[in-house]
Order: sequence, then C-alpha cells, then structure tokens
Amino acid sequence: MKQKDLILYSGLIILGLAAPFLFSAFKVQLTYLCVLIVLAMTWNLQGGEMGYNSFGNILFYGLGMYLTASVQVGMFFPLAEWTESGGEKTFVHTTAQYFQGIGVGLLVAAIIPTIVAGAIGYAILGLRGHYFAICTLGLGIAAGEIAGGIEIIGAGQGFTTPPFPAEIVDPEARGQFFYFLSFLVLVLAFVFVKYIYGSRFRLILNAIRDNEDKAEAMGIQTMKYKIVGWMCSAFFCGLAGGIMGGLIGYIDSTDVAFDGREMGVFMVLMAILGGKGTLWGPIIGATLFHFFKEGLWTFILGWQYVALGVLIVVIVVYFPEGLMGWLREKYPERFGEVIDEKDRKAQVELK
Amino acid sequence: MDFLIFKAPMLMVQASLDGILLGILFALIAYGMALQWGVMNIINIAQGDLVILGGYIAYTMYLAGIHPAWGVIVSPIIMYFVGWALYKLVINKVVDRDLFISILATFGIAIVFQQLMNFIFGADVVVAQSEYGTTMLFDNSVTLPNSKIFSAFISVLYAIALVVYMKKSRLGRAIRATAQNARAAKILGVDTEKVYAATFGINAALCGIAGALISITLTLHPYVGLPYTVRSFMIVIVAGLGNLPAVAISGMGLGLFEEFADYILGTEFRIGAVFMLLVFILVYRRFKLSKKREYLK
Repeated sequence: MKQKDLILYSGLIILGLAAPFLFSAFKVQLTYLCVLIVLAMTWNLQGGEMGYNSFGNILFYGLGMYLTASVQVGMFFPLAEWTESGGEKTFVHTTAQYFQGIGVGLLVAAIIPTIVAGAIGYAILGLRGHYFAICTLGLGIAAGEIAGGIEIIGAGQGFTTPPFPAEIVDPEARGQFFYFLSFLVLVLAFVFVKYIYGSRFRLILNAIRDNEDKAEAMGIQTMKYKIVGWMCSAFFCGLAGGIMGGLIGYIDSTDVAFDGREMGVFMVLMAILGGKGTLWGPIIGATLFHFFKEGLWTFILGWQYVALGVLIVVIVVYFPEGLMGWLREKYPERFGEVIDEKDRKAQVELK
Repeated sequence: MDFLIFKAPMLMVQASLDGILLGILFALIAYGMALQWGVMNIINIAQGDLVILGGYIAYTMYLAGIHPAWGVIVSPIIMYFVGWALYKLVINKVVDRDLFISILATFGIAIVFQQLMNFIFGADVVVAQSEYGTTMLFDNSVTLPNSKIFSAFISVLYAIALVVYMKKSRLGRAIRATAQNARAAKILGVDTEKVYAATFGINAALCGIAGALISITLTLHPYVGLPYTVRSFMIVIVAGLGNLPAVAISGMGLGLFEEFADYILGTEFRIGAVFMLLVFILVYRRFKLSKKREYLK
C-alpha cells in the first residue's frame, strides 16, 4: 500500500512538473486548474469536514488579490498615483523589484486573510447552518461593494497589477512562472490537507459537523477548532487570490476579486461535485468541472451562465453526495468499509 | 459632522419619507419570503430575481403602450404560474432536504433567471415611466414622486388582501395548517404537495406585484436581484416568521436605514451597507442567542 502511494504521488508530481512543457499552449488553463483545486480543497476543509458551508471564502480570495497587488506596487511606488487612470504606465518595475514585490505580496496575502478569519471567526462561526451560509454570502458581497468604493485601490475602475517585467524576453516565462507558483501552492495545500486528514484535528472537525452540541459536551472547545479550521481555509484562499491577481493582470472589485457569482460558487460546486468530506473528491471535482467549463463554454457562448445555473441545480438536487459519495455507495470495500455478507444478502432480498 | 444631511433638516424629512415608502415595498417582498420559509422551510435566494422578473413584465407592458401600473394586476398572475412551474421543476425536490441544499439550488435558479433576463431584456438599466408627477411638501423643499405613494398604497392593499385570504379561505387555512405541522395536515386530508405549490406561487405573485411597483418607482436591471433577497431575508429574521406587523415595521426600518446610509456614506456604499447590516444583524442575533445557551459552557 505504501509503495502504491509513493508511485501515485511521484507520478502526479512528475506530471505536474512536466505539464507546462507537454501542453504549453494551455499553461494559463493549467494555472487556473491548480488554483481551482486549491480553492475546492480548502473549502472542503470547513464546508465538508466541519459542516460550515461558507459562500464567503471569496472574501479571503479577493483580499489576497488586492493585498498582493497593493504590496507589489506600494513597496516601490506611490499606490494612489498608480491606481489613477494610466498610472501604471509611468512606473515600471524592474525584474528584481517585480519578484521581490510578488514574494512579499503573497506572504502578506496569506497572513492577513488568516488574521481576518481569526478576528471575525468568533462572531461569524457562532452562527449555525443556513444563517452561517447567508451571513458569509453577505460578507463576500459587502466586501466587493466596499472595495468598489475605495479610491486608493482603484475603486470602480479597477486596479492594474504590475505587468511581468519586460526584461525577460522569453514569451513562455510568464506562463511558466505563474504555473509553477500555483503548482507549488497546490502541493503545499495537498500536503497540508493530507496531514490534517490523518490527524486528530479532522476527527474534531467531523465531530463538530455531526453534532456540535454533543462535541461540546464531550469537552471539545468547538469554537477554537472552528476558528482554526476557517483560518486554514483563509490562508490558502489568500494565496490563491494573490496568484490569480498576478495572472489576470487586472483587478475589478466585483468581477474579478470578490467574484461571488463565479469563483465563490465554483469552489462550493466543485467540492460538492467531487464529494464533500473526502480528500480526493474536491480534486476530482475541480478537474472535472474545469474540463467541462473550458470544453463547453466556447460552444455555448453567451449561454454559459445559464448552463452554470442549470448545472448547480442538477448537481445539488440529484448528486448532493458527489462523485466520491456515489463511488462509496457502489464499492464500499474500496473505502475500507467492512460489509457484513449476511446483511448485504438480506438487503438484496428486500429489493 | 459636516454631512449635508445634518445641515439641512429638510433632507432628513425627505430621507425619512422616502425610506418609509420604500420600506413598505420591501416588507411586501419579505412577507412572501416569510410565507414560503414558514410553510416549506426553504430559503429562496432567487426571491429578488423573481421580483425583477415581475418588474420586467410590467416594463414589457409599458413598451407595448399599456400603462405600467396595470402591471400590478397582470404581473402577479403570470408570476403565480412561473412560481408554480418552478416548484414543480425544482423546489419540490429540495423541500424536505437540508436547508443548505435549498440555498444552493435556488442560487442556481437565480443565476439562470439573471442570465435569461439579460438575454431577453438587455443589460441596460430601465425604468417604466408612470407619469404620475410629484407632490411638493413644505414649500417645495421635499419632493415626493406620486408613484412612490401609489406603490406603498398598492402594497398595503395587497398585504391586507392576502391576510384576509389566509384567514378566511380554504386554501389559506390549509397553508397555515401545513406551516404548523405538515404531517398532521397530511393525515387530516390536506394535499400538502398542492399547498406547497400554491404557497410558492403566491410568493412569486407577491414578488411580481413588488416588481411591477419597482419598475415605476425605482430602476430595473437583470443583476440587481440579490440585494432584494438579502433585504427580505433580513426583514424576516428581524421580524420572525408569520408576524405581519413586525414585518411591516422592520421593512420601514430597513428603508429608513438605507436612505440615511445613502446620504451619509454615499450612494456607492448603499448596497455594501445593506449587506453589512445583514452581517451585523446575524452576529447580533448570534450573541443574543448564545446567552440563552450559556449552560452548555
């Protein structure tokens, strides 16, 4: 078993490292895929494992995006002049400045959303069930509306992130840089989530999901663990947002950063499609969703949101357990569930 | 404080009147939400989009040369069937499920509605002209569009009609019985499936009326549905389910809050303020409730 795992993981890593060279025309798509997987996996950590279905993780994603860009610009140039119309043309980042900026920016983008999640966690995570869902939905949209009114980060007209340094002439470099950055974050996120899956922490989160009052009665400080769980999600959402900001090159308050209508729903949908509360579910869900989206989007141009809405309804109504849940139902032995032969026979007879 | 509103007291009168008239309209939408939440235990994220769809029906009539005010009669009839069809297609499959499932499913419906409206009616901000003129108060320092007064009047009228209907009619009694205990109602011969469909239809019809009124008092745009959902959700959680006077009062309170936020924070933060208020209300509610369950600690 151990050996099998080793082959699987090394195979995946080699595939991941070789992918931008094998499919060099799809580097941007692959970067998107990595980011989507990270978002789905970390959403699953608190949506699937903890049972707190959040629509508001987009808050951390957008926050990370704005923070990375602001730090990257603000470290070297006045931010207010940059975001004025055409400001990005007067100031040019050198190569060293660009990479320094994005490094520090991503660090800030990971830390600040985590702190924010911790700070608001006590108030927000006290809400139960659907109140939590609606509250986080409100948070995400409020953040977008407020960011759209703040002058220094570009307000309604948007914020152009620093362009990739012109001194690097290799046309492939930009795509490769962002791909490997996102792949690194993906590997980090996977190792982290995998570690959590083997730890006591996951059992605590599951206990909170299954019955919070009983978990509390068993002496688990549920609030503490809920906040930590949310902070874990926020950390990776912030990082993912920072990378996406650099990749897209342009930040708009409601259409790119706090894009609750797209990214915010995608991460929930991908996790549910793959199967909530499993390690591989969100990864498979995100990959499937991305292929479906990119493959189909161009054929149904203009109708993609209708398709998205229908897809949400179909998945949620007919496959709420997701792909992994369906497989688990079908092949329970593969998931380490022991089946009593007598019991199974009895069930077959009943049918 | 150098806000304009504190310098000119007349602006306060203006904002208050605007807010109250607007709030009555919000209360009508919230009443629909309270109805279906109470009866079917579903949170309908597409509520706001049903409102906008109702508004577009009135707007289409306006384009066809009919006075848009007739929309308050035509729109609910069409919307009743839209709601009924929606129930038969999707909602009946999520009624008994987890609330989160219903939130996500109606979120999907909302996206479909937004996009279809965008295709059919275009992405422009539109308004149907009622040409009712304006009323000037206090030496012309406060202007009040007659359409707003009209819309508040119609909202109250419909709300009263609905309350009477729910009290007196057979279907109304069946709906109230199902809300109290669906199982018991079923045993006693109420066709709950029919009641659910009717409830969702009535909710959509209420949205249709509100939409028609919004088309003459405010503006329509395919993507502005969600704020209406959130407003009605807020009103319902503040007022509680099935408490009509409280719904009316908290609706007006929300209208007042919005108008004052508009003057004090600026129009660009208006929607942001609404969503922040939602977060604050929920958090306040959480701390209030957590005092009650202190014994668990």
